[in-house]
Amino acid sequence: MLAWIKKKWNYFAIAALLIFLILIPFDWFLSRYTSLMIIIGISTMVTVGLCLLMGYTGQVSLGQAAFYGLGAYFSAVLSKTYSLNPWLAMLIAALATGAFAYVVGYPIFKLRGNYLAMATLGIGLIMWILFNQLSQYTGGPDGMSGIPYLSIGGFTFDTNFKRYYLVWCFCLAILFLSQNIVRSRTGRALRAIHGNEAAAESIGINVNQFKLKIFVLSSVYASLAGSLFAHHLRHVSPQPFDFLASIKLVVMAVIGGLASIWGAIFGAGTTRFLSDEVLLGFNKYPQLDIIIYGLILMLVMIFMPEGLFIAIKSFTFWLKVNWRELPSIMKRKRKELPNQMKHIFRRLLLMRLWRKAEP
Amino acid sequence: MSADQFVQYLMSGLTQGSIYALIGLGFTIIYAVTRIINFAQGEFVMLGGMLSYVLAVKEGLSMPLAIIIAVLAAAAVGAVMYLLAIRTARRASVISLIIITIGAAIFIRGIAGNRFGVNTVSPPDFTGSGSISFLGAYIEPQALWIIGITFVVTTLLYLFLSHTMVGKALRACAINPGAASLVGINTKAMSLIAFAIAAAIGGIGGVVIAPLAMASYNMGVMLGLKGFVAASIGGFMSPITTVIGGVVLGVVESLAVGLDWGPFTSAYKDVIALVVLLLILLIRSGKLAAAERAG
Amino acid sequence: MQKYLKFSLVFILAIALVAVGTISCGGGAQEEKEAYKIGALFSTTGSQSNLGVPEENTVEMLVEKINADGGINGHDLEVIIYNDETDSTKCATLANKLIEQDQVLAIIGPTGTGNSMAIIDAITTAEIPLVSCAAGASIVTPVDERYWIFKTPQTDKQVVIEIYIYLQSINISKVAIITSTSGFGQGGKTYLESEAATYGITLVDNQTFGSDDTSMISQLTHIKGTDAEAVVCWDTDKASAVVAKDMQTLQMTIPLYCSHGIANQAFIDAAGDAANGVIFPAGKLLVVDEIPASDPQKEVLTNYRDEYLAAYPNESISTFGGHAYDALYLVVDALENMEEDLTLAESRAAIRDGLEQITDFVGISGIFTMSPEDHLGMQPGSLALIEIVDGAWTLAQ
Repeated sequence: MLAWIKKKWNYFAIAALLIFLILIPFDWFLSRYTSLMIIIGISTMVTVGLCLLMGYTGQVSLGQAAFYGLGAYFSAVLSKTYSLNPWLAMLIAALATGAFAYVVGYPIFKLRGNYLAMATLGIGLIMWILFNQLSQYTGGPDGMSGIPYLSIGGFTFDTNFKRYYLVWCFCLAILFLSQNIVRSRTGRALRAIHGNEAAAESIGINVNQFKLKIFVLSSVYASLAGSLFAHHLRHVSPQPFDFLASIKLVVMAVIGGLASIWGAIFGAGTTRFLSDEVLLGFNKYPQLDIIIYGLILMLVMIFMPEGLFIAIKSFTFWLKVNWRELPSIMKRKRKELPNQMKHIFRRLLLMRLWRKAEP
Repeated sequence: MSADQFVQYLMSGLTQGSIYALIGLGFTIIYAVTRIINFAQGEFVMLGGMLSYVLAVKEGLSMPLAIIIAVLAAAAVGAVMYLLAIRTARRASVISLIIITIGAAIFIRGIAGNRFGVNTVSPPDFTGSGSISFLGAYIEPQALWIIGITFVVTTLLYLFLSHTMVGKALRACAINPGAASLVGINTKAMSLIAFAIAAAIGGIGGVVIAPLAMASYNMGVMLGLKGFVAASIGGFMSPITTVIGGVVLGVVESLAVGLDWGPFTSAYKDVIALVVLLLILLIRSGKLAAAERAG
Repeated sequence: MQKYLKFSLVFILAIALVAVGTISCGGGAQEEKEAYKIGALFSTTGSQSNLGVPEENTVEMLVEKINADGGINGHDLEVIIYNDETDSTKCATLANKLIEQDQVLAIIGPTGTGNSMAIIDAITTAEIPLVSCAAGASIVTPVDERYWIFKTPQTDKQVVIEIYIYLQSINISKVAIITSTSGFGQGGKTYLESEAATYGITLVDNQTFGSDDTSMISQLTHIKGTDAEAVVCWDTDKASAVVAKDMQTLQMTIPLYCSHGIANQAFIDAAGDAANGVIFPAGKLLVVDEIPASDPQKEVLTNYRDEYLAAYPNESISTFGGHAYDALYLVVDALENMEEDLTLAESRAAIRDGLEQITDFVGISGIFTMSPEDHLGMQPGSLALIEIVDGAWTLAQ
């Protein structure tokens, strides 16, 4: 019996997670967090795309918020100024954003590492400036209001309660879709690329094509998320799509685990909870939020480059095994530290730069 | 545009460009020696500017002393950042290093915003305010300081790199780190020195710029970006080309406002830097791709 | 993948337990009506922080004073202040939070025009009254679409007209405008353009800059090449100070007029002696000592000035704090006339009605008489034209 439960554990886990999510907006449960959970769901959608991009292609995107913004603005302008059906607007937004990502990504993905990061940063900033400057279409720095609600037939998504389910349906659909992609042939190709690009290239995988596909996919996810955001808040302005927003998304991806899918919920959830609930109370201690983000980024990438979620899992596992040996390991590390410091100081003081080379 | 106006645009472009050049030098040095793009470069500039204000105005130290301490502090932050954040992340992938430097940048910015407040401050000019007439254009004395110091720093840097042992060792690391360590150069110490020098130059930049352009805790973002564009125009390889890149960017920006051409109102000034950046990157990627196909 | 699920599940359960715990502790208090809860949205960080900080300070000071005097009909006053960081999306999110999570009776603020416009939809749908501290005329017009919205500062349109009337009186007809791309700047630009002809003004140049720009030399050089007789700059203190300094550098001799956005000490500090000679319209608070004793506002202004400086000795008075003063007291007035034991929805409606019926309220920004057709309610003559002389504010001649 126990063995059967253990085997089907992940089905139980999914079911429990779903039940938990379904129950949140009810007054007797956690309804005061409904709008926070809506934002978390939306952020998760963008984060998953970023996780796939960063984890499987090893490319960082410092401008992901631009696609998020494109989706929001397309939806806003098409459904308000041009009175298009919001669902149609959302579809057009996704297609347009995807096309834009393709056009922009095609030359960019020939770049490597640093240059690619700068290019995405540049694109993100250009989009943000355009959102600010094209005020006839976008409403400029103060944005535009009066975006209509989404509706199906006579049923309008006009309360947080209804929108919560809408957003999470989208979110879970995207998560399951991403899972399928990762398990498919495409996923295997991606993992090959992640392991060693040259090797993957040599067995016939068109590396650039795959990277581009993931880039476009991540942009479509972000666009859908942006559209939902526009129809939730009914107001868009450039601020949630600036450089700091792109950084926050990277923080979410880093916490969630760079190549993980379900970890994205964790990443988006903790970051949003931190920034929208916990940090609000620290009004008198300015800039605490970016101090924390900076610390998280540095610490996680230095010590757990695979992402916080994965590291926690493996860390606890490790703890379970080596619990007794922990004190002795720590003592050994402590003894080593002064020696290391002496080494560094000696080297710096003497500045004998042409002594023995470092191994 | 009259001749007078043209000279004015040129002068203000030269001033801005010197600012970009100083920042770009920091990027160039670090990238050349360590192949890392230091997203926190702009924050070193910010530290120089903010610290010189705090020390000179709030704490009442004399201006020269405040400047020296500010620059040394910036250098120290750079060195500490290297030791704690970069060296500990050995074997980190490129994407990790990028994220680490970004994390360091916003961490430094946050601490500065917390400690110094969010207001914009203006340290006193080095030799008094007012304006000087120069070749038909008006320029603040501080702007002359900026241009002058950029020139001096670049020259000193050039001499350092070409005539001192340490400088030559740095260049060796830039050309080929593996070979450099084989001939006995301590590449880790070289990286540390590169970070400290870049941070110091950034600090000097901040100290010189702040009286003119004012300082605030988030001045590092845009300045860092424009400095990066300057460095990328220059190819990341030599101080001279970086300075040329900076000046070109500054002048182009200034003239674009002056020309008042078509839909490009003065509001689009910042877009110019970004477009230039993307163009450079595209050209570079073309060269990279061509080299790979050949090799 | 399975392991991630396990851990995400564990983690979510942990959060759930914490959340349920906090609810059961704090949930009960929401049902009580002992304290009157109002929400406030101020931009205490971001580009409008010099406006938002005095607003927050003023409200905190006044709440203490009101509660020390026995509250409102025996109810304590509680104001939940959130910082919207001069970010309109954040403002919209926080407005929703105040309305749904904190369930406040009314909201005062936001600081800026852009943020105020951003939440009008949400406020109207939620049927809760808002008393904004921002300048934009479009915040309260057209009045039939702004049933729930009121505001306390003079509109940007009124400020522009004030400047143009003065320019007309000293025979200046050629003006160059330089405005920021922010909501505030663009609002000013709109009226500077639309009202010019009425006062015989021709706009010979029209430059823009970003609120965070640090050099306007290029734009001003362009203006210098025209035959402008005066420059009108529209932004808050930080960027306006740069304009003033750069004009001095370029040795431009034509006068500079600014918006009421520079009505705080930060402008003078940042611009140094370039600030001297700058003229701008603002509330009478800044020159309260020069106001004649016969002015009905004199006593209120003097008291506010003295109390604020006593409570915050390191700050200087600002007309923006005055906007918050007015907003808070308007709401307090409506609360005093409100019946007891109403539901949340009824209370919000009652406060709204109360606000609309206020007459002759002597405030800091002016004297207010609201009506169904006018949700600003300010009489003309509430603005004074101020000149900066030797680093201090005086009435312009």
